[in-house]
Amino acid sequence: MSTGLYSTDKKEFSNELNLKEIKPYGDTMNDGKTQLSFTLPVQCGDEAIEAAKQLMKKMGFENPQVVFYKELTKGFTFFNCYGSCTHNIDFTTIVVPKVDSTVMSMTETDEYIKQNIGRKLVVVGASTGTDAHTVGIDAIMNMKGFAGHYGLERYDMIEAINLGSQVLNEDFIAKAIELKADCLLVSQTVTQKDVHIKNLIELVEMLEAEGLRDKVILCCGGPRLNHELAKELGYDAGFGMNTYADNVASYMAEEFVKRMK
Amino acid sequence: MRESKLGLDFEKVDYAKQLAKNISNDVQTFVDSYSTVAVERTLCRLVGIDGVDSNEAPLPNILVDFIKDKGMLKHGVLFLIGNAIVATGLSPQEIAEKTISNELDITTLALCDEAKAHKALQPYIDKSIERIAGNRNKRENFIANNSEGAKPYLYVIVATGNIYEDVIQAQAAARQGSDIIAVIRTTGQSLLDYVPYGATTEGFGGTFATQENFRIMRKALDEVGEEVGRYIRLCNYCSGLCMPEIAAMGALEGLDVMLNDALYGILFRDINMQRTLVDQYFSRIINSFAGVIINTGEDNYLTTADAFEEAHTVLASDLINEQLAFAAGLPEEQMGLGHAFEMDPELENGFLYELAQAQMTREIFPNAPLKYMPPTKFMTGNIFRGQIQNALFNAISIWTGQGLQLLGMLTEAVHTPFMSDRYLAIENAKYIFSNMKSIGDEVEFKKGGMMQKRAQSVLDDSIALLKRIDEESLFDAIEKGIFADIKRPKDGGKGLAGVFEKDEHYYNPFIDLMKGKR
Repeated sequence: MSTGLYSTDKKEFSNELNLKEIKPYGDTMNDGKTQLSFTLPVQCGDEAIEAAKQLMKKMGFENPQVVFYKELTKGFTFFNCYGSCTHNIDFTTIVVPKVDSTVMSMTETDEYIKQNIGRKLVVVGASTGTDAHTVGIDAIMNMKGFAGHYGLERYDMIEAINLGSQVLNEDFIAKAIELKADCLLVSQTVTQKDVHIKNLIELVEMLEAEGLRDKVILCCGGPRLNHELAKELGYDAGFGMNTYADNVASYMAEEFVKRMK
Repeated sequence: MRESKLGLDFEKVDYAKQLAKNISNDVQTFVDSYSTVAVERTLCRLVGIDGVDSNEAPLPNILVDFIKDKGMLKHGVLFLIGNAIVATGLSPQEIAEKTISNELDITTLALCDEAKAHKALQPYIDKSIERIAGNRNKRENFIANNSEGAKPYLYVIVATGNIYEDVIQAQAAARQGSDIIAVIRTTGQSLLDYVPYGATTEGFGGTFATQENFRIMRKALDEVGEEVGRYIRLCNYCSGLCMPEIAAMGALEGLDVMLNDALYGILFRDINMQRTLVDQYFSRIINSFAGVIINTGEDNYLTTADAFEEAHTVLASDLINEQLAFAAGLPEEQMGLGHAFEMDPELENGFLYELAQAQMTREIFPNAPLKYMPPTKFMTGNIFRGQIQNALFNAISIWTGQGLQLLGMLTEAVHTPFMSDRYLAIENAKYIFSNMKSIGDEVEFKKGGMMQKRAQSVLDDSIALLKRIDEESLFDAIEKGIFADIKRPKDGGKGLAGVFEKDEHYYNPFIDLMKGKR
C-alpha cells in the first residue's frame, strides 16, 4: 500500500474529548483509528482486498486500509487492516450491573479462608445418582481444573474430596458425615426426563431428614443448572455454564464466614 | 566422551538414571503380574473385534464385561476367545456378536488344550501384526521417497469438535508448513471407560478420538502430504482409562505421535495408579512396535507448579518416564520426553534459566526427540506480548535442538486457534528457526555462570527427589504426595475395579510379538 508514512488528510473533526460521543483513539482525539484483522473465505487477489475494504465500510470504518494480506490456504485470505470508526458511544449513560458476591482468585480465596476461618474448609463433591459424567465435578475439583482455572484440589485452604460419579445420595451423605464436610458440591450433567431435578430434590429431602441441611453449604452445578433453579430446589447456590472453581470457592468461603457471625 | 555446555557431571546423570531404573523395575514387578479391562479390550480389538451394539456400547466392552461378570477374566479374554474358536468355528467378531445376542456363553464351554486355543487365534493375531507393520513401512517409505520436516517438527493442534472441519483446518496447517497435526480430544474423554465409535461431529473443546476419526484424518493428511511432498504426522491422546485401546486403534490406523505419559492420569485425572501403570506398559509396547513417537506430559506440572521452583520435578518425571518406556521396549528415538516454556515473564533472567533447563534436558536425553511445550500459563490475551513470548520459546528450541515444537498461539487463553493464528505461529517459528539455525553450534556458555549453575542445581535436586521415591517405591511416594505435592491413594481413583491379577491360561502373545520388535 503506497499511502505514505505521514497522513496528509485534512482533519475535519473536533479534537476535544466529549464523553457523550467517544470514539477509538489512535494519536489524535476523535480520529477513530482502529486496527483489526480477519480472514475471508476467498482466494487472494485484488477482488479479495476490495471485499475486505467494502466489509470495513459496512462495519462503519472510513478510509479503510488493508496493510497486509496473505492467502493462508487455497481459498482463505488473511488481512490486517486499519480504518477510522464512524460510530460513537455516550459514555455518560453506561450502566453495568455488578455481580453481588466477589469472585476471588485462588490465592485470594486461600488468604481469605486463612484470615477469616483459620482452618481448611472441607468440601465433598460428587456426580450423584445414575449420572456417570465426571466432567463437571472434575472441572471444579481436579488439580488441573478447567480452562486455566485450577480446581479446588489445588487450593491450600480447601480439603477437597472428589467422590467421582454415580454416587448414591445416601452414600454421599454418609461420606459427608464421616469427613465432617463444610460444603457439599453436587454435579449433574445428564438432564434427560429431568432426572437431575428429581435427584437433586431427593438429596435435599434426605439431608433434611438427617437434620444436616442447615449444617452444610449445599451447592449444585451443571450445564443446565443456574442459581435461580438451585434456590428453587432448596440449594444455597447453583453454578451453570462459564463458572469455575474460583466462583465456587469464593462463594463457599464468603458464605461460611457469613454463617459464622 | 560426552560433552556438556553446562558443565554437567555425567556420572551424576548416570546415577540419576540408575535411580529411575530402580523405581521402574519395582513398578515392572507389579505390572508383569496384572492386567486390566482396558488391556483385555485392546486384545479384543487386536483380534478383530470392533463395532457397537444398539446402545452404542462397544463390542470389546460388552465381551470383557460379560467375562468379568462370570468371574473368568483372570484367564484373560484371548484364551477364552481362542477356546471358543476351537469349540464353535466362529471368528472373534462373530463370537462377540453372539455373546451380545445371548446365543453364546464362552465362559461355560469345555476348555481345550492351551496350545490349541493359541493356534486358533494365530491368523487373527497375524492379521493385526501385519497391518500395523504395514502402516509403519508405509510411513517410512513415504519419507524415504519424499521428505519430512526438519526438527524441531512444527506441531499444531486442531480442535473444532467436528472431524470434517478438523480435516479442513489440518490440511490448511500442513500447507502452511506444519509437520504434526494433533486432534485435541473432547473434554473428559480420558475418563470414559470405553472408546466411542464412528465419525463424530460434536465435541466440547475437541473431537472424540475414535478409530473412524483416526482413519478420516490419516487419509486427509496422506492426501495433503502427497500434495506438499512432505510426510505429515498425526497425533492423538493415548491417555486416560483407554490408554492401550487408543494405542491399538492408532497403530491400526497409522498414527505417528501419541501423548502417552505414565504418571499424568494418576496425578492430574485421579485415575488409579495400578490401572494406569499396567495400561501404560501395554500401550507403550504397541506404540513402540508401530513406530509411534510418544509424548510425555511433564508440561502439566508447570501449569500448576512454578517452572523455576519445580524444574527438578519435571526432570525426575522425564527420567522415570524414560525408564518405564525402556521397560516397554521403546527406543530412545521414539521418546518425546516433555518439558515446557513456562517461566514467569516477570522473572529477571527467566530466559537464561529456561535456556539452561532446555539445554540440560537435551544433554541428559541426547537421542530423544524432546517435546517442548509453549507458554500457556502466562498468556494473557495481550496477543502482541504473546507473540513475543512465543518467539522467545522458539529461539530456545532451535538453540537447544528440541524435537517436537508445539507451536504457541498468540491467542492462547482466548480461543481455540483460528486459521490465521496458526499461520502467524508457523511464520514465527520458521523465521526464527531459519534466522538462528546454527546458534547452538556457535555459542557456548560462561563457565561457572548463572546458566551452568542453574542446570547443575536442577540435576542435584532431581537426584534428591529420585532418591526419596526410590526408597519408598513409586506407589508409596505418590500416596504420600512426594511427587508434585499431589496425593493419590494406591486403592483410590478411577478404574481400580478394572485391574486384576493374571491367572493360569492367561495369554497375551502381543507382548512377545511387539516388544522391542519392529
